[in-house]
Amino acid sequence: MNKILQLILIDIFRNRVVIAYTILLALACWSIFFLEDSGNKALVTMLNLELLVIPLISILFSTIYIYNSSEFIELLLSQPIKRSQIWISLFFGLVICLLAAYIVAIIPPLLLFGYIQNALWILLGGILITVIFISIGFLISIQQRDKAKGIGTSLLVWLFFALLFDGLVLFILFQFGDYPIEKPMVLVSMLSPIDLLRIMNLMQLDASAMMGYTGAIFQQYFGSTLGTLVTLFVLVLWALIPFLISLRIFKRKDL
Amino acid sequence: MRSLIVILSVLFLAPLFIKGAQIRVGTGEAYKSIQLAINAAQPYDTIHINKGLYKEGNIQITKPLTIIGKGWPEIDGEKKYEVFTIKANDVIIRGLKVQHSGYATLDDPGGIKVLESQNVVIENNWLFDNFFGVYLQYSKNCIVRGNRIQAYGKQEQEIGNGIHCWKSDSLIIENNFIKGHRDGIYFEFVHYSSIHTNHAVSNIRYGLHFMFSNNDVYTENKFQGNGAGVAVMYSRSVDMYKNIFYENWGDAAYGLLLKEISDGHISGNQFTRNTVGVFMEGTNRMKVEKNKFDYNGWAMKIQASCMENEIKQNNFLANTFDVSTNGTTVLNTFLHNYWDKYSGYDLNKDGIGDVPYRPLTMFGVLVEKVPAAMLLFRSFMVLLLDQSEKIFPTLTPDHFIDPKPSMKYV
Repeated sequence: MNKILQLILIDIFRNRVVIAYTILLALACWSIFFLEDSGNKALVTMLNLELLVIPLISILFSTIYIYNSSEFIELLLSQPIKRSQIWISLFFGLVICLLAAYIVAIIPPLLLFGYIQNALWILLGGILITVIFISIGFLISIQQRDKAKGIGTSLLVWLFFALLFDGLVLFILFQFGDYPIEKPMVLVSMLSPIDLLRIMNLMQLDASAMMGYTGAIFQQYFGSTLGTLVTLFVLVLWALIPFLISLRIFKRKDL
Repeated sequence: MRSLIVILSVLFLAPLFIKGAQIRVGTGEAYKSIQLAINAAQPYDTIHINKGLYKEGNIQITKPLTIIGKGWPEIDGEKKYEVFTIKANDVIIRGLKVQHSGYATLDDPGGIKVLESQNVVIENNWLFDNFFGVYLQYSKNCIVRGNRIQAYGKQEQEIGNGIHCWKSDSLIIENNFIKGHRDGIYFEFVHYSSIHTNHAVSNIRYGLHFMFSNNDVYTENKFQGNGAGVAVMYSRSVDMYKNIFYENWGDAAYGLLLKEISDGHISGNQFTRNTVGVFMEGTNRMKVEKNKFDYNGWAMKIQASCMENEIKQNNFLANTFDVSTNGTTVLNTFLHNYWDKYSGYDLNKDGIGDVPYRPLTMFGVLVEKVPAAMLLFRSFMVLLLDQSEKIFPTLTPDHFIDPKPSMKYV
């Protein structure tokens, strides 16, 4: 396992895309902190960046990487190694690389501008969202044999969570606005990791007062310790379940 | 020459004799009880109360007297009685600690109640844990100044107002600190009065509440963390200058709530960190000028029932929504305001933007219809919607604009 992980890590770290991703994130972070005059505003902009760019890069990169290393995987399979070991090593290799890129890019400006206390949620959110979308990328790439179709699907999934899901939520809110939909909405928001993270951060910013009754319900739920723990648990589920399904498929698949 | 000296000495010495007797109350003094001292006093006498705890039930003041406390004597209502009832003109009360008045919803007992009197001064007292703090009814030309009024109300129905004024005229309420009451200061049918430099903190309902009160003015007060800062309802010509509305944050919290009022002037105020800075409903011909709105959820909510209000030369900074409304008719004017979200240009450098500013965002309109849509606040889709709406306005009213926004902070 260690040997395979090592090989994969070396391979990914040499990848130009990861280096470009690090530089891009770092540049974005620095410019946000230099340009925004108030610290909280900068953190909010960071949150937007995090909820848009990181999922896209994570899902696309992991999907493409799996497709590109299909020959390498086949080679490994010819060796006396357990299948699950290969797949798990691949997953951890990608997670470690992208997280390293994220943390290296984001920590220095946070430290320098002294927002590390407030930014803990953002940091945690970034880490979770990276893992979740790599996991989803694994599921997509194992289900689609065709590379073009796989990349297309991952783009679509990203678009769905980043944009279409919100449209759906808005639609539901307007159609069923006259009914007590607050509690169901808490459940609905759990169906999208991006939304879940955004709402959690909103509650930290105390925007709940602007939502009227819904805000009270949401604050009651997301503001409490239990709610926070449940939310984190759901996010971890989001990271685990797609990967575990893909692992199951990989074990049985005739490559 | 001698006659001149006589006249002069009469003029100078006369006040000494006219001024009433000095009566002292306390242990070791002529009187042990405040009520007995009051009964024995002649009009315009001065009663000095020494330090100590006085439990005398209800104390009635029925003649013009000056009552001065020395070392904060505690006058206690034992949670049963109204502490002071004043039914005389020219009464002055100063330096007392009035505490634990009774609780009753029928006759509203207070720490100090003034009934049908004139020229009463209530000054530098400490009113502590009373149902109502100072209660003025059918009174004129009274002054309530420099008092510290504090209670520990938890629910609206369990607690009275800090300073309650009813059917009165020409009052001056200044330099008071009021905390934990229902309304900090309450005005009902009170005209030609002024409220200066008070500080109302953490009151359950409103910091300051006007009902049916005309021609009043309040200036330089600070309202912090109340259920809502100030509510002005069913009144005319109430002027509001240089007040600070701070952190009135919550589900139904406003900095300033205006309902069915007209012809007032709101100028030089600061609205910071309120859920809604100014909420206007049925509000006509108000001038809103040179105020500063920053870090509010909504800087202003102007309902469609408002007409002919002028919103001029205000600064809008870092608010989530600048303005929102619930209709499509536009009957109010915006002019020369500074909006931090304005992205237009100024080619001729006259300090006025060349393109109009639209204070109403698409998302603002959506949230007005379904408040729960705030759930999507800061999402990518909302960003896209707002941007496209900016370029091609479809949902937001066409004329809801500031045609000449200021480029610089006013």
